[in-house]
Amino acid sequence: MSNKLINWFKFASPQAFYPLAGRMIPWFWALAALFGIAGLYIGFLVAPTDAQQGEGYRIIFLHVPASWMSMFIYLVLAFWAGLGLAFNFRLSGMMATALAPTGALFAFLSLWTGALWGKPMWGTWWVWDARLTSELILLFLYVGFIALQSAIDDPRRADKAGAVLALVGVVNVPIIYFSVKWWNTLHQGSSVSLTKSPSMATTMLWGMLLCALACWMYAIAVALMRVRTIILERERHTDWVRDELTSKE
Amino acid sequence: MFWNSFSEFLAMGNHGVYVWGSFGVMAITMILEPVLLIQGHKGLIARLKREFRAEKSDRSVERTTPFAGQDRQ
Amino acid sequence: MNCGWVSRMLKLIRAIIARDLRLAMRRRTDIVSALFFFIIVVSLFPLGVGPEPELLRKLAPGVLWVAALLATMLSLPRLFADDHRDGTLEQLALAPQPLGLIVLGKVLAHWLVSGLPLALLAPVLGLQFDLASDALWVLTLSLLIGTPALSGIGAIGAALTLGVRGGGVLLSLLVLPLYIPVLIFGAGAVDATVTGLGAQAHMSLLGALALAGVFFAPWPTAAALRIALE
Repeated sequence: MSNKLINWFKFASPQAFYPLAGRMIPWFWALAALFGIAGLYIGFLVAPTDAQQGEGYRIIFLHVPASWMSMFIYLVLAFWAGLGLAFNFRLSGMMATALAPTGALFAFLSLWTGALWGKPMWGTWWVWDARLTSELILLFLYVGFIALQSAIDDPRRADKAGAVLALVGVVNVPIIYFSVKWWNTLHQGSSVSLTKSPSMATTMLWGMLLCALACWMYAIAVALMRVRTIILERERHTDWVRDELTSKE
Repeated sequence: MFWNSFSEFLAMGNHGVYVWGSFGVMAITMILEPVLLIQGHKGLIARLKREFRAEKSDRSVERTTPFAGQDRQ
Repeated sequence: MNCGWVSRMLKLIRAIIARDLRLAMRRRTDIVSALFFFIIVVSLFPLGVGPEPELLRKLAPGVLWVAALLATMLSLPRLFADDHRDGTLEQLALAPQPLGLIVLGKVLAHWLVSGLPLALLAPVLGLQFDLASDALWVLTLSLLIGTPALSGIGAIGAALTLGVRGGGVLLSLLVLPLYIPVLIFGAGAVDATVTGLGAQAHMSLLGALALAGVFFAPWPTAAALRIALE
């Protein structure tokens, strides 16, 4: 048990994690490609037409994974941020920084695909639905996190300040969601309702799950790639980076 | 297979613009992000290697000519 | 012993409030400028959308509340910046008293010079929007209850951006999304009164937000201040 613990702490150092991440990245890419191809195959070629929405519903295979990932990445980001703040691991701050742009990208993609789905289904690009509005606010939270970190020059302070913001944000997300939902029920009245989910065929569900898995693997691969760049950038004055880069010539 | 022809697949029951608009943007951004990351990583490695090499040659110059390091400061 | 601790801490908070108010009084123009910003922003809306009383009554809660959020933003960068510049903040952080309580005192002082004047001014501006007297009351009350939360949440942003370049704009980027619940319940309370639904539920939720904002926000703020001072 204690041996295992020591192993984990070993990989918590940027020096040990850099090559490990490099070895893991191809595997996550392979998994992402595998799940992605399978999910898109099922979603676009096998799954039957939806009775109410026609073929336009196939956007669901892109939209739902993107929304899930945007929310999930924010939680993971806050987890790493909290870990870094509590135990002073340098790597966890770097992971939080590396996750933020990918999370923001998924939030944007969720809004984009949502708009393109909304237009043929409800006739408008945007409705002030509780979920769409919360997704927009989530994008704002990501943007705030990225802006704060890039405005602070000292990386240690950037990590910690970002961590405090991420934790405050994660506490606020449910409050924001609840308030937006409350606001929505008062104002929306009888117009479109997104909460009524159509009864979903099993093939559709499988396609969606596989696409979500693909996005998950993609997010891990991309975050690992970004964290490697961050590690090199921050540790460029150390001996191991010098050895790593000069020994391979 | 569910589709009768490729053009039917592209048309997506008159929703082609929306479906392929979503798919296209998602695919482009999800390809662009790793490509940019790889470029950034390679650029950083090249920059660091240049710096290390410059420092190394600086030090070897210092070792051979005793006062070479001073006039730079 | 416990009782003594509480009364000592209350005394500390009172002392911080008194000190911050004294300092604020030396810079009265700041307070007045923020108030005039509020007045001007609110007065611009009828010029932008037209003077129909029906439309203005509909817009009034949102316009007044959004303007109040923006006016609060103006004074936030100063919350810790002056103390940071002259080294007082470092002294306060080293003091044996919990930094969170000191922050609480500063948040309350900030509310007294920013939120309270806004709330007292709001009914006058509400008249421009043809609000009925009961809606004016609810507007004032909702601002009185809601603005402490703005000061509390804003303090977190002010501490995080302390001494950071581009701090003012960054501060609004961080804080405005977190203000959304306060905006929804505050403006919603007035709106519910206008439409005759009653503002009870909105007001209770707004009060809960304000309590949470004022009493929980000082702790992350204190953490952020310590990070900034490192």
